[in-house]
Amino acid sequence: MSTHARTKLRSAVLAGIAAGALALTGCSVTGAPAGGGAGDGTGEINALFMKQAGYSEDDYKEIIAAFEKEHSDIKVKPTFVSYEALHDKIVTSAPAGTYDVVLVDVIWPAEFASKGIVADITDRIPDSWKSDMLPAVLATAEYDGKYYGVGNGPATKLFFYNEDMVTKAGASVSDLDTWDGVLEVAKKIKAAGLSQYPIAWSWAQAEALICDYAQLLGAFGGDFTDSDGKLIINDEAGVKALTWMKQTIDDGLTNPASTTFLEDDVSKAMAQGETAFGLNWDSTLRDLQDPSISEISKSAGVLPTPKGPSGKRPGVNGSMAYSIGANSKKQDAAWTFIEYLMQQDVQDKYVTSSLPSWKSSFTDESLIKTNPEVFAASKDAYSETILRPAVPNYSSVSQIIQVELQNALLGKKTPQKALDDAVSQANAQLEK
Amino acid sequence: MAGSIAAAPPRKRKRRNGERRLAFWLLLPAILAVFGIILYPLYRTVLISLFEVKSAVAVDPPFIGLGNFQEALSSPGLWSATGRTLYFTLVSTGIELVLGFLVAWLLNKKFRGRWIVQALIILPWALPTIVNAAMWKGIYNAQYGALNGLLSQLGLIDQYQVWLADPFLSLNLVIIADAWKTTPLVAIFLLAGLTAIPSEIYEAARVDRAGPIRSFFSMTLPLLAPSIALVLVLRTVEAIKVFDIIYAMTRGGPANGTQTISYYAYVTAFSEQNYGLGSAIALIVLLIVLVLSTVYLRLMRRSEMSML
Repeated sequence: MSTHARTKLRSAVLAGIAAGALALTGCSVTGAPAGGGAGDGTGEINALFMKQAGYSEDDYKEIIAAFEKEHSDIKVKPTFVSYEALHDKIVTSAPAGTYDVVLVDVIWPAEFASKGIVADITDRIPDSWKSDMLPAVLATAEYDGKYYGVGNGPATKLFFYNEDMVTKAGASVSDLDTWDGVLEVAKKIKAAGLSQYPIAWSWAQAEALICDYAQLLGAFGGDFTDSDGKLIINDEAGVKALTWMKQTIDDGLTNPASTTFLEDDVSKAMAQGETAFGLNWDSTLRDLQDPSISEISKSAGVLPTPKGPSGKRPGVNGSMAYSIGANSKKQDAAWTFIEYLMQQDVQDKYVTSSLPSWKSSFTDESLIKTNPEVFAASKDAYSETILRPAVPNYSSVSQIIQVELQNALLGKKTPQKALDDAVSQANAQLEK
Repeated sequence: MAGSIAAAPPRKRKRRNGERRLAFWLLLPAILAVFGIILYPLYRTVLISLFEVKSAVAVDPPFIGLGNFQEALSSPGLWSATGRTLYFTLVSTGIELVLGFLVAWLLNKKFRGRWIVQALIILPWALPTIVNAAMWKGIYNAQYGALNGLLSQLGLIDQYQVWLADPFLSLNLVIIADAWKTTPLVAIFLLAGLTAIPSEIYEAARVDRAGPIRSFFSMTLPLLAPSIALVLVLRTVEAIKVFDIIYAMTRGGPANGTQTISYYAYVTAFSEQNYGLGSAIALIVLLIVLVLSTVYLRLMRRSEMSML
């Protein structure tokens, strides 16, 4: 072969590779195939769940085993990731349609629906669900009048306490009805040397911080947005709430490590008996009362989130929903599995992990008996709720608020300045 | 090249042709791999950076030319992330170079059990970054971390500190974690360079009455320059791209204090689903790396000592 011919061969091979690549990309820039399919209602489906709060990995494995017994033609392969990784995992796996069933947080349906990440399931939802399900739960994954998922149960942050510390400090649980009361008891606990920092919060740069702030914002009578959908957390109530948060750090009542904590860290700090109080999701009581992982299993208790100066105690709406991946090729089988997950008897069975979605469960005395404290606390918390803005670019808005809240908590900016900055940046995002 | 082949005797030419063909086929799997995991994704990144892609499943996004680059360069977030990345790169590479040299210099001395130390020193480098990050997160933990334990037992602090709560301190602590892992690599590279320096020249220097400091600056350092340059290129490029240790240790927090440019690109692309802008930022990182490595390599080629 001559040099010329060799060069030609080499160029031909390289050109072939390049052509192959172009063919692979198809005509779409992102390479995403258009749409999924219903499938034949059988086969192996992949489900994406999270590790924290709500149903545990073991709960899901039990539920799946029972489901597969009833539906021998469907196999469910579950994947569990941390909440902090869930959004990005759903998004990055969306084009390939890897996951047929995905667990989505209440703050994502607007984004996922408008960007075509999850499927519109409005037509699949039976009419009876609309009358039998708690309205707030049903609305979890509602966007623009359509349903993009089914809420898997009400969830909000409740107030957990260590009764032992409260009584040893000479206070009583009834003092914990207001945030002022909580601070008074915290001071007593600190003075008695029972805990160096009586309160722990999940104030790391994460969504968890927004949830804690939301409940305090509500307690101070504020809201995230006005009627035009503009962010208004730099008004009086928003600033007061943040000033209060910072003050509890300065007074040594809040564990300063809170700015690095997620919910799990708060739960662990309480379980180890280091702190007396913490806001956390309803499944936390299950863990705090489990003697194998908690040193305070006998003295852990739960109350609705305390009242603030506004006299209100709204819980943040933290429900999650089961959605179907828009590019899933087995949407019928996925729906069969979701229907099973929503079955009232299945949900009632795992009531200590997550409260059921069905109205009648909340009047079922025999069921309430199995988890009385959480049922009682939740009843109050759900009567008023505070919503995070339901906007398609919520993730970027939330990122902005997280950073500015931290700037104030870490003393880098005054609360007013931090929230002014958050509002101007976030409203610019919202206009996009 | 072709001329020299033409001038060679026919038998030799044939053998050389055969060798070349073999080399080509042997290289083909590597070419395919490079194509699949580098060139193809790069091509896609360039393509996406020219469109307004705001969903992972967007099929027909609008073409906006260099709009994403314009937006990236005018965003204050990019510039502060770049500043943090440069700080991370300078400080981590600096620490690794100094510590790496000291370790290499020590390992170049003859002492009993040197082989054990050599094997041990490589251990941190062998750890996956995620394990390293989890370990350092544990060390810095405010409640049960070893750092608080050590410092309070030594009486240096009277109460436990929350190490990862301050934005700037966090960045430095992540740098330490990164340096702990990568110093061994630098040390091994420099050790290879040190072993290559013939001991005769030190003897000659001793005869000429050059002190240890003089011989370090006049002989060791210049002779080690190619190894230093090589390791500098490698480490700078890696440090500018730093992502995994940040993701595992701090997720860019607190208050964005550890958000480097690669992490910023990740958040933009995946958390905010702005793939066009995220790709543009990723390409800006690539450009910085390309410019830096070209400058380094040029400098090295100019150096007479270059062994590359």
